Amino acid sequence: MKGITHSKAPYFFIAPTLILLTVFSLLPILVALIISFTDMDLAGLADWSTISFVGLKNYADVITDPIFIKAILNTLFYVVFGVPFVILCSLAIAIMINYGANRIFKVFRVIFYMPSVTNVVAVAVVWGFLYNPIFGLFNYLLEWVQLPAVPWLQDPIMAKISLILMALWRGIGLNMIIFIAALQGIPKTYYEAAQLDGASTWKQLTNITIPMLRFAIFFVSITTMIGWLQFFEEPFIMTNGGPLDSTTSVALFIYRNGFQLSDFGYAAAGSFVLFIAIIVITLVQFRFQSKETDL
Amino acid sequence: MSSQAKAAKPAKPASGEKALKWILGITLAVGGILVILPFIWMILSSFKHEGEIQNIPPTLWPERFTTENFKNLFENLNFGVYLKNTFIIVLFSFFGLFLNAMAGFGFAKYKFKAKDKLFYLVLATMMIPGQVTMIPVYLILNEMQLTNTMIGVVLPGLVGAFGIFLFRQFMSTIPDELLEATRLDGAGEFRTFLQIVLPISKPILAVQGILAFIGGWNSFLWPLIIANDEKLYTLSVGLSLLKGQYGGNYALQMAGSTFMVVPIIIIFIFFQKHIIENYSISGMK
Repeated sequence: MKGITHSKAPYFFIAPTLILLTVFSLLPILVALIISFTDMDLAGLADWSTISFVGLKNYADVITDPIFIKAILNTLFYVVFGVPFVILCSLAIAIMINYGANRIFKVFRVIFYMPSVTNVVAVAVVWGFLYNPIFGLFNYLLEWVQLPAVPWLQDPIMAKISLILMALWRGIGLNMIIFIAALQGIPKTYYEAAQLDGASTWKQLTNITIPMLRFAIFFVSITTMIGWLQFFEEPFIMTNGGPLDSTTSVALFIYRNGFQLSDFGYAAAGSFVLFIAIIVITLVQFRFQSKETDL
Repeated sequence: MSSQAKAAKPAKPASGEKALKWILGITLAVGGILVILPFIWMILSSFKHEGEIQNIPPTLWPERFTTENFKNLFENLNFGVYLKNTFIIVLFSFFGLFLNAMAGFGFAKYKFKAKDKLFYLVLATMMIPGQVTMIPVYLILNEMQLTNTMIGVVLPGLVGAFGIFLFRQFMSTIPDELLEATRLDGAGEFRTFLQIVLPISKPILAVQGILAFIGGWNSFLWPLIIANDEKLYTLSVGLSLLKGQYGGNYALQMAGSTFMVVPIIIIFIFFQKHIIENYSISGMK
């Protein structure tokens, strides 16, 4: 009907991106799966004949590797404490800004969003200085209000919390914007009806706002959780996994084995364990969510 | 009791609301100061002398302003080269933006075989974690002999599903009649795209352009993995190198950070309305 040029045109438009996505997103999954069953390393990179098939050895090794187990536990720590913390803070700030709804409150929107656009390396360098036990600002402020100094990056547990605090600072903005957009989508008539019934501001918040935000909270919790599972730059730059691997994330473990030790097969196996974990957690959350909406 | 409460109600919400607004405003202001504090600390420290930075207790305001740290970045470190590379990456990311726009148009305005399946495939790539593709992409680039080249640095992140998705959403609102009319005038498909579709898509192009700039300016992981040579480092990689080499020189580190962060903050504040609204539109639909 539309002639020959028409039938070819759409392929001309989508071909470049499809080729790039195939080569750099889809094909790599297959490649990663294959090399995860081999002992590919730096020598194998130069000469393929030295690569040999090792079956499930990488997987068996990686799930018994004490550092990998530590990395998983650290990553779980980030997820379990980081996700609720980020959601709670960004939701609270979004509700407060939305409630204010005037020009001054719009300025806050910009301020809280600002850290999200900044460079993660620069931010990690700055926070590394803030956390410095002797010259850093944080301990100075604590001393000023007569509180004891905190070993921000020196204590294994505290180091994880410090990284979470920094990631929280950087992560609030985007989630806050998503919540504000969802808040503005709630029909005003709901609140008007509640006000006629004499419901307090708090009642309106718990009975209208939070239930209406259920999908937004679900969306943010999935994206935030995936983000925490892939936590990489912050521990890489600030602590390099230390002290004693107490901040090493799974992503950092994969990077280190892949690019610092050139143990590609082993790192690929680790990355697949992470991939499967992400898929399982996402599916569980979807299950959970659909059950909740059924009720 | 209850009648008294009822009688007081019309006046009470107004003053209660005002008080609540004040409380929220003050809470947000305290939070806002905490959010900005690291930036202020960074900028002020970057103008301090190396010695002053190690003062105990630390000073907030520099005793004597100096631009020596910034000079140092360019004279003794290779920040000029890093800056040039970063700009090259930004330019490439604009090209990637153009490719995204093309694909968005293809998916929005044509009917073809397996269109829906291909689009879902594009969306599926969003779910793949970077850690899984990191190693195989490196191996693929190595096979293509693109490691330690600029092309190798930019190719993996050139196009992205999210951008394609946003362009498709926007472009599907362009009326078909308009495209038909230009075709009847004898314009080819690509010319229609360049001369009709792109100008109409200016709002989304602007937002995506700003985001592409920020993304390119901040790019870290691929330059870190692909570039073995300092000649190919970006500002982010250079800064992480600086942190490794001059671990104790915080004034220099803060100058490097300021140099990376302040331009982005200025661009962000200038365009914040568009950037934030872009997410508001795309976020929840």
